[in-house]
Amino acid sequence: MEYFLQQLINGITLGSIYGLIAIGYTMVYGIIGMINFAHGEIFMIGSFIALTAFLVLASLGITFLPLVLLIILIVAMGFTALWGWSIERVAYRPLRGSFRLAPLITAIGMSIFLQNFVQVTQGARIKPLPPQITGGVTLLSSSDGIVVQLSTMQMIIIVTTVVLMAGFTTVINRTSLGRQQRACEQDQKMAALLGVNVDRTISLTFVMGAGLAAVAGIMYLLYYGVIDFYIGFLAGVKAFTAAVLGGIGSLPGAMLGGLAIGLIETFWSGYFSVEYKDVAAFSILAIVLIFMPSGLLGRPEVEKV
Amino acid sequence: MSEMSPRWTQDPVLKVENLTMRFGGLTAIDSLSFNVGRGDITALIGPNGAGKTTVFNCVTGFYKPTEGRISLRRGRGVSDAMVDELTTSGNQFSRDGERSVFLLERMSDFKITEVAGVARTFQNIRLFGGMTVLENLLVAQHNRLMAASGYTIFGLLGLPGYRRAAEAAKEKAIFWLSHANLLDRADDPAADLSYGAQRRLEIARAMCTDPVLLCLDEPAAGLNPRESADLNTLIKYIRDEHGVSVLLIEHDMGVVMEISDHVIVLDYGRKISDGTTDAVRSDPKVIAAYLGVDDTEVDEVENDLDHDVAPTPAAPANAEGVRP
Repeated sequence: MEYFLQQLINGITLGSIYGLIAIGYTMVYGIIGMINFAHGEIFMIGSFIALTAFLVLASLGITFLPLVLLIILIVAMGFTALWGWSIERVAYRPLRGSFRLAPLITAIGMSIFLQNFVQVTQGARIKPLPPQITGGVTLLSSSDGIVVQLSTMQMIIIVTTVVLMAGFTTVINRTSLGRQQRACEQDQKMAALLGVNVDRTISLTFVMGAGLAAVAGIMYLLYYGVIDFYIGFLAGVKAFTAAVLGGIGSLPGAMLGGLAIGLIETFWSGYFSVEYKDVAAFSILAIVLIFMPSGLLGRPEVEKV
Repeated sequence: MSEMSPRWTQDPVLKVENLTMRFGGLTAIDSLSFNVGRGDITALIGPNGAGKTTVFNCVTGFYKPTEGRISLRRGRGVSDAMVDELTTSGNQFSRDGERSVFLLERMSDFKITEVAGVARTFQNIRLFGGMTVLENLLVAQHNRLMAASGYTIFGLLGLPGYRRAAEAAKEKAIFWLSHANLLDRADDPAADLSYGAQRRLEIARAMCTDPVLLCLDEPAAGLNPRESADLNTLIKYIRDEHGVSVLLIEHDMGVVMEISDHVIVLDYGRKISDGTTDAVRSDPKVIAAYLGVDDTEVDEVENDLDHDVAPTPAAPANAEGVRP
């Protein structure tokens, strides 16, 4: 029981990170129907920017942790959003309106480019960061010595994710920007005819997705304490899987898919074997898609006749 | 309106000059020129494939015309000289106090609505089906809302300026909903409305963009007679109370003859007639086009008409009755 609870907590934490990245995939897919394979790299760049900011602040002698975290959050989100915006502007916008595979190939190219760029400029070695946020609460401890712990970091991750999700849902459902995004999602041409600046709306979508990926990057950095230029690949693939599992194009679906993938991975590693956790995650994806082709919360596309 | 100089030549809101649109080897519109009078309801009619929708697509920026100039004039008394000056300057639009001119063929689609003030509806309805009726109308007002919300940031903080703008937007949406008889459906998904209601919603949404020219592509298609009558009332209300000029494509001659001030007839991408409803009704070329007479027989039809006791309503009744 205790072991189960502990795995549950770990799974939710991991799932939150996947979920935040998955939102970027699902939003971009929703609005322009394209899989932005460079999104995992955006996440990686986010964590690198966070690490850089951390080291700069440390060298300036700023060590008051809440302030440091706040500055890192703003800096990393800002710069990563700028990356997201530039990538869309440089690599995807010129190809809009071309055939469907062109942006997909560009996205893969962009992903490789960004990985190599970070590898060359930052070096290939892993970058460690000593644990910054320690401590936690012991929820349960059984007689046979198994302890259920919820660390402060895990709490921060879960709370941040919940807050961001709530904020994000509000933006999409209640603000004018969100309405524009939904309008572009349904019919770009018509949205343009109502005076909506479609290009700008798409840019903002990339910016928002990149901002969330940056938050995920910061949390990854603080939680695992180790990053390298390659972390974006697997995290990206997992988050993409999460988006598909939840129903691509659906925001709550992305979050749910993220949680599902996180939980499957941790439980599989906890009860079966760590080596096969990815196999488990992808197998379950395959099974779900056989029975629910549009994912858990995705709406099936209805072809009007 | 005197026969000598009708409003559309005196004070046009839209002037289309030598518009040509080619798709590969096919010339869909061939050097077409016409005016749309300010405050008029202008109907663009013609048999299927005559190029009516292509004209619309050029005016609303869906297509870039192969040749031609499309000038939208806001404010009374914009001279042709002002349009020519703008044309040579290479700009998209120019302002002179109250008056402004927009060259639509130079503008991209969202700017035509946002800056120039042209709104349109479609032959096949294009609502945002997954959004509610009210949201459909709010999307159309996003420009003001976005500015007021400081690009969402103030909006999230709920600052008073944004609240006021949001309140005003909702008020306007509700105003148009009540005029389109859709108030009770405000929170339903747009896709759930009946066909006639969707058509009215599309017009209401177009009106929420504050247009000076409203382009309606077959607004009465598929409507039953009662819905069609409601639609006429709505279109007349828009023109009379809001001073918006209306350009419409319509096959339902009942609607056309009842509400139009000015009718332009196209056939094979060319204008074959242009004038008041009465003038067009008795134009032999129009009758020939609608009845499918060969060009060579037009003269005969014309003669027949002349020999008849003047063009009686009986002859045009044929033209009305036959739908291509």
